[in-house]
Amino acid sequence: MNQGPTSSGGESARFRAGDEVRVRVDNPGGHFRTPAYIQGQAGRVHKLCGVFPNPESLAYGGDGQPAQPLYRVEFSQKQVWPEYRGPVSDKIHVDIYQHWLEPV
Amino acid sequence: MTIPETPGNGHDGHDHEDHPGMAHDEEMGYYALRARAMEALLVEKGICSPDEIQGMVDRVEARSPADGARVVARAWADPEFKALLLSDPEAALAQLGYSLPVTTPKLDVVENTDKLHHLVVCTLCSCYPRALLGRPPDWYKSLAYRSRAVVDPRGVISEFGLDLGDDVEVLVLDSTADLRYLVLPRRPEGSQEMTEEQLAELVTRDSMIGVTNARSPQAVGAG
Amino acid sequence: MPQVHDRGGWPNEDPIDQEEHNLSDWERRVDAMHNVLSEKGLRRTDEMRRAIESLDPATYEACSYYERWTAALEIMLLEKGVITREELDGKFEEIRNRV
Repeated sequence: MNQGPTSSGGESARFRAGDEVRVRVDNPGGHFRTPAYIQGQAGRVHKLCGVFPNPESLAYGGDGQPAQPLYRVEFSQKQVWPEYRGPVSDKIHVDIYQHWLEPV
Repeated sequence: MTIPETPGNGHDGHDHEDHPGMAHDEEMGYYALRARAMEALLVEKGICSPDEIQGMVDRVEARSPADGARVVARAWADPEFKALLLSDPEAALAQLGYSLPVTTPKLDVVENTDKLHHLVVCTLCSCYPRALLGRPPDWYKSLAYRSRAVVDPRGVISEFGLDLGDDVEVLVLDSTADLRYLVLPRRPEGSQEMTEEQLAELVTRDSMIGVTNARSPQAVGAG
Repeated sequence: MPQVHDRGGWPNEDPIDQEEHNLSDWERRVDAMHNVLSEKGLRRTDEMRRAIESLDPATYEACSYYERWTAALEIMLLEKGVITREELDGKFEEIRNRV
């Protein structure tokens, strides 16, 4: 069964490329796809990847609705890892669903 | 929701300490037997047939990094195809005659240049562009790679034999959600005269994950 | 404290072991069962991820990749009522006694 992007029935996109966002800090107590190391970090939306059924619902047999816009969000490595060995220009991109993001 | 107890969790007498089958290459260890029992039941209940399972094994085996290499070689040789591959990978693959299974996750292609080097990891599990590269290598699924690739990408890349200068930006992609990333490696110097088929020989699996660059023509004896 | 599967940035100095192991037949078939069940609508990637994440941390770390997939398959098939634990344990014993 295809759990690919949906074009309708999902949440509308709140953010656009270039927007400053922060990843919420949370542990909803079940399955979720937002790595711990990126929670609480501020970054910039690189692009909107599409709208996808919510994995936190799919994981338990739910229908994944409302589907969530998924963003590729860019973070500075030096900011994410204080001990980072590498130039300040190095970046990390993480795919994050909209309900995990808040505007800065 | 309640999760049934699982094998090996120590509650059902199948603690792994008791099972030498935990050794990964032991053909008939605990998990191998468990898997065989599940398969037998699925077949008995008519949910799937042994042929279907074998057919799927064959379909999975048929996919390999050679597929990705063919796509990369075309992108190197044909700027229009490259532009399409970067903007609409599925359309580009369709042009090459690839029909991806309906269950294939969405693919995204990122381009390495002399100023920007991408490295792909999945820190949460093992998300990987299987449709184009086949099964991921063991190291990609290892706890060491999943832990280190995000925090020390340059160290990891240098272990694979590539030292990137500080003038090259390293961009790690943690592909943990619905996208699968394929790296389009840099076209090696000295490959101008090569045919698409020869170019494909330069494209390694590791270069499409981003831990290395593509091979040089000299390295494959074509220089 | 992140969950056991959430590995990004964990302290780890181990070099990346680049050696490949040859897949056993049972590993290929577990992989295939996941895919076949997926195509039949009996298995979702997120259900499978959640099942793997529900393994206790020691098991998660001790298991090989396809051992985790096997454990996850069992969790999903039991949960969906496709097979019962009694059936599985019975078949498991039967096969173990045979080999």
